[in-house]
Amino acid sequence: MSGRDDLAEDISQFEHVRRKHVGRYVSGAVIAALAAWVVMAFAHGGIEWAFVGRYLTVHSIVAGLGNTVLMTALAMLLGVSIGVTVAIMRLSANPVINWAAAAYVWFFRGTPVLLQLLLWFNLALVFPTLGIPGLVELPTVEVMTPFLAALLGLGINQGAYTSEVVRAGLLSVDKGQYEAAKAIGMPRLQALRRIILPQAMRVIVPPIGNELIGMVKLTSLASVIQFPEIVYSAENIYYANNRVIELLIVAGIWYVVVVTVLSALQARIERYFARGAGVSDAITRTGN
Amino acid sequence: MNPIVKSVGLRKSYGAFEALKGIDLEIERGEVLCIVGPSGSGKSTFLRCINQLEAVDGGALWVNGELVGYRRTGHKLFELSEREIARQRLATGMVFQRFNLFPHKTALDNVIEGPVQVLKLERKKAELEAHELLARVGLSDKCGAYPIALSGGQQQRVAIARALAMKPALMLFDEPTSALDPELVGEVLSVMRDLARTGMTMIVVTHELGFAREVANRVLFMDQGLVVESGSPEQVLGRPTQARTRDFISAVLS
Repeated sequence: MSGRDDLAEDISQFEHVRRKHVGRYVSGAVIAALAAWVVMAFAHGGIEWAFVGRYLTVHSIVAGLGNTVLMTALAMLLGVSIGVTVAIMRLSANPVINWAAAAYVWFFRGTPVLLQLLLWFNLALVFPTLGIPGLVELPTVEVMTPFLAALLGLGINQGAYTSEVVRAGLLSVDKGQYEAAKAIGMPRLQALRRIILPQAMRVIVPPIGNELIGMVKLTSLASVIQFPEIVYSAENIYYANNRVIELLIVAGIWYVVVVTVLSALQARIERYFARGAGVSDAITRTGN
Repeated sequence: MNPIVKSVGLRKSYGAFEALKGIDLEIERGEVLCIVGPSGSGKSTFLRCINQLEAVDGGALWVNGELVGYRRTGHKLFELSEREIARQRLATGMVFQRFNLFPHKTALDNVIEGPVQVLKLERKKAELEAHELLARVGLSDKCGAYPIALSGGQQQRVAIARALAMKPALMLFDEPTSALDPELVGEVLSVMRDLARTGMTMIVVTHELGFAREVANRVLFMDQGLVVESGSPEQVLGRPTQARTRDFISAVLS
């Protein structure tokens, strides 16, 4: 057979010719053409780019950006605090605590966050005054400012999601770690704080980072309850000058900037919590 | 002197399965006791009852002069709080089959975690003691290494140092060499042999009959939740009186 003959022939010095990836060139060209078309469309469309540049740094936009970042940070802080607490409650042996935590998650995951924001903002319709009976009493409309309503709405809603992430993280830690912590005399909460949570962080941080980035954009919902974040500021300007698309682009640019910075931070934080997990380059720490 | 461990009619069940069906046993200070037996015999469960990783269902257990898990008031036994149980655990050091080192901490930080966080020892002092302990188990050069960078034998030696750092009155070993590659068993047994020479009270659940013969003062053979035979290593491993012990030893040695 001819196959036998091929084996006998010495072809070890022949030149190797790689496959031609024709499909790659074609799909690359199609995508480049589409991108060029989109860019052209926007360049020639009814957008005054000079306005975008001018409004990018006006005072109310920058103040709105500040409020967006502040609300993101505070709502996330509240969300993570609630999330950790509720996750630990979910793992409690006490059925009442356990049930209360499950009910919280069920309710706040079960309703839209926009609806929750509106409920907090309109709390005065349910409770005209707030306070401790006999000590302080304040009208709800004064207490429940757009800021507080946004913080409670976004933070408490976030806590429900975060608690599930934290619970998954806690469950991912080997049972032997609880036992080792107990064996050196640690009570449950100390073992959680010193041994279990730091290891759970490796599993918890990536989805929390993801949710933090989600929160940056979720704060835009607070514009409907007049919290002056960046979308609200942009809207107020275009109500006056009708430059709707330009101002939405301004807001969009700032969101992209914030998210890009956070993404870079996320990578660094993940590296820190992955120490000792075999995915880090810092397997040994120097100086010890 | 009182025995360091005294167990009277100790029982433990997991649902319908009776892991311990009444263990009566006394262990003296300075004794090295090896517990052997087939898997499922209850030997690890007994060890885990001693430091309360398992709660007992019946009988009574005293460790280092204290009734384990309960406070006696009149004719009733009241369950202790979690904090008091944590305090009682300080009498014992535990070495696990799968090491269970804290992976996010270096060898040194694993050893000082208990002294600093639980005993509230000053960090500098704890580090000094930890360096000595790590030297004792032959790992002076691995202080800054994370567990993942250590072999199984090295991890288990760090685990022994971590347990010793709490200055326990009694050391518990739960199959300390069962998860090791064969060539790494020797280094761990050698550290345990040295520890036995210092007079430390040790209870070792093991399949290493050679180690038991050489180091133990007493060997206990358990099967189906009961102590079948107990005595000197020569007696239990050399001239067992019970058929079950004989069968087990010949099965392990073959």
